[in-house]
Amino acid sequence: MTGAAFGAIGFLALCAGVMVVTSRNVVRAALWLVVVMGSLAGEYVLLSAPFVAWVQILIYVGAVVVLLLFAVMLTQAPTSSSTTLDSPNRWAAGGVALAALATLATVLLSAFSHARIDVKTASKSGAEVTGDTIFRAYTLPFELISLLLLAALIGAIVLSRRDIPGGDE
Amino acid sequence: MIHLAAPLLLAAGLFSCGIYGVLARRNAVLVLMSIELMLGAVNVNLLAFDSYFHDQLHGGQILALFVIAIAAAEVGVGLAIVLQLHRARGSIAIDLARGLADEDPPRGAQ
Amino acid sequence: MIAQSAWLLPALPAFAALAVLVAGPQLGTRGAWLAVLATLVPTVLSIWMLLQTIDRLNHALTSAPVIAAHRIATLGPLSVSASTRVDGLAALLCVVVTVVALCVQVYSTAYMRDDSRYSSYAAFVSLFTAAMLIVVLSGDLLWLLVGWEVMGICSYLLIGHHWEDKPNTDAAISAFIVTRFGDLGFTAGLAVFAIGAGSTSISTVLGATYSHTTLVVGSLLLLMGVVGKSAQFPLQTWLPEAMAGPTPVSALIHAATMVAAGVYVVDRLAPIALTGASSATLAVIASITMVFAALCALAQEDLKRVLAWSTVSQLAYMYAGLAMHSNAGIAHLVTHAAFKALLFLAAGCVAHAVGSTLMSKMGGLRRGMPLTFISMTVGLATLGGFPMLSGFVTKDAVLESAWSARETGVVATWAAWLVLVAGVVTAVITAAYCVRVWLRVFAGRAPKGVRPHDPPLAMSAPVLFLTIPSAFVGLLLTGHWFEVLLFGDPTTAVPLEGVSFTGVQGGVQVQLSWALVSSAAAAVGAGTLFLVWRAAPHRDPARILGRSQAFIRDGMRMGELYVRLFVRPLRDRFAPTVATIDRRVIDGGVVGTGRSAVGLGGLLRRTQTGNVQLYITVLLVGVLALAVGAVAL
Repeated sequence: MTGAAFGAIGFLALCAGVMVVTSRNVVRAALWLVVVMGSLAGEYVLLSAPFVAWVQILIYVGAVVVLLLFAVMLTQAPTSSSTTLDSPNRWAAGGVALAALATLATVLLSAFSHARIDVKTASKSGAEVTGDTIFRAYTLPFELISLLLLAALIGAIVLSRRDIPGGDE
Repeated sequence: MIHLAAPLLLAAGLFSCGIYGVLARRNAVLVLMSIELMLGAVNVNLLAFDSYFHDQLHGGQILALFVIAIAAAEVGVGLAIVLQLHRARGSIAIDLARGLADEDPPRGAQ
Repeated sequence: MIAQSAWLLPALPAFAALAVLVAGPQLGTRGAWLAVLATLVPTVLSIWMLLQTIDRLNHALTSAPVIAAHRIATLGPLSVSASTRVDGLAALLCVVVTVVALCVQVYSTAYMRDDSRYSSYAAFVSLFTAAMLIVVLSGDLLWLLVGWEVMGICSYLLIGHHWEDKPNTDAAISAFIVTRFGDLGFTAGLAVFAIGAGSTSISTVLGATYSHTTLVVGSLLLLMGVVGKSAQFPLQTWLPEAMAGPTPVSALIHAATMVAAGVYVVDRLAPIALTGASSATLAVIASITMVFAALCALAQEDLKRVLAWSTVSQLAYMYAGLAMHSNAGIAHLVTHAAFKALLFLAAGCVAHAVGSTLMSKMGGLRRGMPLTFISMTVGLATLGGFPMLSGFVTKDAVLESAWSARETGVVATWAAWLVLVAGVVTAVITAAYCVRVWLRVFAGRAPKGVRPHDPPLAMSAPVLFLTIPSAFVGLLLTGHWFEVLLFGDPTTAVPLEGVSFTGVQGGVQVQLSWALVSSAAAAVGAGTLFLVWRAAPHRDPARILGRSQAFIRDGMRMGELYVRLFVRPLRDRFAPTVATIDRRVIDGGVVGTGRSAVGLGGLLRRTQTGNVQLYITVLLVGVLALAVGAVAL
């Protein structure tokens, strides 16, 4: 049962992902991205990681996509259909993507074709367990992440200031 | 019972879509979206293995959380750069940012 | 003693040359006197060496030469030594060379006093002396070649001493190239003999046996070299032009020593150089040159050019003597060195008084410059063949040797007759031009503005000194000691085409019959010219040559012929082709390499489009390839 569900949601995620990269409309691409993130959150739940699923929705759908849409607005990207969104590189890109897919699929399938995840005997997970683990075993990475976020914050502010003289590149 | 191959294939497919998007899209914001796709695929991979190995410490889930955090930071800074690019050029088409190009020297400067 | 000290003869002038070249400007005139000293000591030494050699030959049973060798190089199977080989011939010639060189050096202290480059001149004259002595004393073929070539370069440097005027450098280059051309044959000939004998030592080379072709080829090649160096027909164009150099240089190099070096070498290598073919060729060349050069001398306006053509003619006499396998050639070399040096130095004195070497500006100089007058008269008399003077004796000896060669069958009869006829004809013309010079320089009245006076002592003393050997050396050479001196080494004998021949033989004898013939010839020539002059004293007696005088004066335009045959095609067609090849092919190759590198770089630069997505695409292709490789292998 979980397997079938997983397959269905996964198929949805894949189709939405293809739409993200081939859509002719920037805003529509962003919306398809929302669909992808949502499906992925569903997948996470099925993989016994509910906390991560909620964080995914919260941050990705709630913040990142909104941010992307703001950027679309601020950069005056065409909000209607446009044919100029794909560069002439797309054939090479397609080739590379297909090659990557083939390589990855072959390697993964040859390694893990018979493995199964037993979701019934999954170890406990959830907010309580995650919090406990972070603040016991992974404290240091956690602190580092907060520093990183601080740096990113400051960097983003500095980079978008208008009054810093810079080269015209 | 989920075949382990299923999430792995999902991850591979999303990753490939992300690659295509990074390499083929001209709008910088679309490139950033494609990067998000790739990061999502990585997360699926991490969580699948976390579940498969029944990790007590849930290293995979923690790492997936960190990946999400880093992705958010990266999008923030990336978009700041895109805004600067737009201010400088008036366009955010990746094709037009050719500063890395090596031009032929002017005639007589052999 | 001789063996140990023989090397000093060339070494002293060479060291002096080096010292003066290096420290010339600081030494100033002291450098000149250093050069004189460095020539004086070898003179004394060589006279002593000659006396010792005569003494040794008179008392010893063998006449083997004294050899001292010092190996300097090894060329494959041949080992080259800087060796000295002192026998009678070498000792005699050392005296000749050093005495003339000393006279020239002393003369130059006055003649070249006001020259700004006197020190380099003195250095090169010393170096030349050293080189000539190396040639004379050498016991090794390659060492001889070293001296030979150094002489050539010194000649070039000295002819072009006043290089501020282009005609001087042109003359120097012409001299160098023509003699160099002959030197090709010379070097090849030496190589043929050295390889044939398996050694470069002269004693070995003279004693070895060769195949008939080797002998003929080698001897003819050697002949080419001496013809060039001695300005014989057809390579005679350079010597009259070389008169552009200072007069003492002409006296030393182009009268007494360098041009005679060829005679010496042929005599030294006589057993192998004088084969039947080469003797005949030499006889022909000598005969043609004799008459040709004498005619040209008769037509000249410039005093020095008369003497130059006269030198060519007299050299031909020496070669004729050699071609007749007698020692008369060497005898004439000795006397010619004395009287030709005398004549050139005296010509320098005349030019000093008159300010020019053109005979049209001279006349009546017998009053007011007695020393020069006496010495030049003696010189001209001996050149012209006045009975019993040196020139007469040795010229007579050549004719005499041709007659006896005809009798003994040592050479072909036709060759002997050719030499005899040419010799007599030349004697006539020689006397004629000698009288012409004497009349035009000394007879009549001095032109306006010319004040005849004798030059300073440093110039007139050597001239006066040389008068004595010019007059009397010939008679001295008729003594028995000369024949003994040149008897040669009896251990070296090369069988030659069935005729038994042991080197160049015979001494100098004055036979009555030929003395009468040559005196008569001289009288005819002198008398005719005197009568022509008497008829119109203010006109050039050479007008008897008629309309061809201008043609003959230009050396029968042979120089121009050579320019048209060789210089123009080379310069106007071959040289530009070579230059184009150098520019297009060789330079083109170099430049082309550069251009293709840049072009290749340009091609590679096309990958740097600046499109980041292209870069990442290629990167990912690489990564995938690595991944596939890592997994598959």
